Amino acid sequence: MKYLCLIYDEERKIDALSKAEMAAVMGEYNAFTQSIKGSGQWLAGHALKRVATATTVRVRAGRTTTTDGPFAETKEQLGGFYLIEARDLNEALQIAARIPSAKLGSVEVRPIEQFD
Amino acid sequence: MSEGPERPVRETVETIYRAESRRVLATLIRLLGDFDLAEEALHDAFVAAVAAWPAGLPANPRAWLVSTGRFKAIDALRRRARFGASLAARADLLASGHADAAEAGDAALADDPLRLIFTCCHPALPPDAQVALTLREVCGLTTEEIARAFLVGPPTIAQRIVRAKTKIREAGIPYAVPEAGELRERLEAVLRVVYLVFNEGYVASAGPDLTRTRLTDEAIRLARLLFELLPDAEVGGLLALLLLTEARRRARTNAAGEVVLLADQDRSLWDAPLIAEGLRLVERVLGSRPVGPYALQAAIAAVHAEASAAPLTDWPQIVALYELLLGIAPSPIVELNRAAAIAMARRAESRSSRRSSRAASWPTTARPTPLGPSCCAASGATRTRRAPTAARWN
Repeated sequence: MKYLCLIYDEERKIDALSKAEMAAVMGEYNAFTQSIKGSGQWLAGHALKRVATATTVRVRAGRTTTTDGPFAETKEQLGGFYLIEARDLNEALQIAARIPSAKLGSVEVRPIEQFD
Repeated sequence: MSEGPERPVRETVETIYRAESRRVLATLIRLLGDFDLAEEALHDAFVAAVAAWPAGLPANPRAWLVSTGRFKAIDALRRRARFGASLAARADLLASGHADAAEAGDAALADDPLRLIFTCCHPALPPDAQVALTLREVCGLTTEEIARAFLVGPPTIAQRIVRAKTKIREAGIPYAVPEAGELRERLEAVLRVVYLVFNEGYVASAGPDLTRTRLTDEAIRLARLLFELLPDAEVGGLLALLLLTEARRRARTNAAGEVVLLADQDRSLWDAPLIAEGLRLVERVLGSRPVGPYALQAAIAAVHAEASAAPLTDWPQIVALYELLLGIAPSPIVELNRAAAIAMARRAESRSSRRSSRAASWPTTARPTPLGPSCCAASGATRTRRAPTAARWN
């Protein structure tokens, strides 16, 4: 099955990291990405730019409204994702737990809908 | 044909239904990969048994039921296949599978009830759904019976179960016993469900007595099944805790139905065989390391059970056990109980009626704990997540 791992982090916490700490996190991410590419479970994955760069589009009654940001009052923001291939939810959760941000923020694991 | 032989067969089928239906269901869920299809197949298999068994009882009724259920499911999928090609493909896939390998009395078959329990208690499901699904699928209670026990409407329970089954299917929750690395944490969720079922039956303030007894009975049955399949110390600890608590049932309410506190209970009403079984289990599980929160709570219940009268309770022993419990599963309730036990121990001491501790053979004694903090070093999961405590169980 395919699962999307949505990575939520507190941008404020990330900003507070020192250069050395940030480098360590990036190193962990590189190692993690390499390992799931090696095991053939990596399908896609990207980090996202800061939430301040986000724009939200809505179409209502034929009218398009464009606003800045998602105005969610949550502490954690969507910061990136991995699309992975896993045998079942248990395996997907094991992989998600290895994403470095699982220790800092949280990772939401969602199965991909297959239309047939 | 005379009706003579039919009635005994019907009774045999009923007996086998009670003994085997949950195991057959557990295997059918694995073979068919679908809860609803498996339940239908189970039902069809028993209908077929009533028709076929008068001609001769199969040598292995469970295997017969699994095999019949599987074929009934294939038939059902083929009948529905005209609505969609994917169902036909599924039926073909099932029919082509190696029936022998799937149904033989191998390890996979033996593990099916355990698979079912772990799937129903998967942490990806909300806790109330875990409880409802376990009672429905593992214990075989009807939706109405579960609703009555939890004082909610049957549609609420039905909806919980439907949503849980949908999530199992859509999110890919596997029908599997967790791998060794995650077994401890996952087992905690299972034990919590068993504990919640018992608790609901034991302390529920309302609801007919009969349904409440049903819940405590089911919880004990579940704990026994788990311990049989997975003889882990914490499983044994929970089973012992439930047995020792259940043993006090007759003494905990008076004729007017009012609650009688532990200290005031007529201990001759306690169930001696249950206590004996509980005590044996406690001795056994306290021998393993690390000692977990359920084993410790069982040990506390055991100290109470060993006192033939309330003033004879070995309070220093109870204080020591609460201290160990605080170390691995701290909570305000444990703190409070420890304080109460200390007060009782002082009162007993001032009566200067020192008695030798019968529990001296246990590894947990009142004096500087030989277990120490390291031997009670529970898994991280135990430490971070608060273990339920039986404090409300008088």
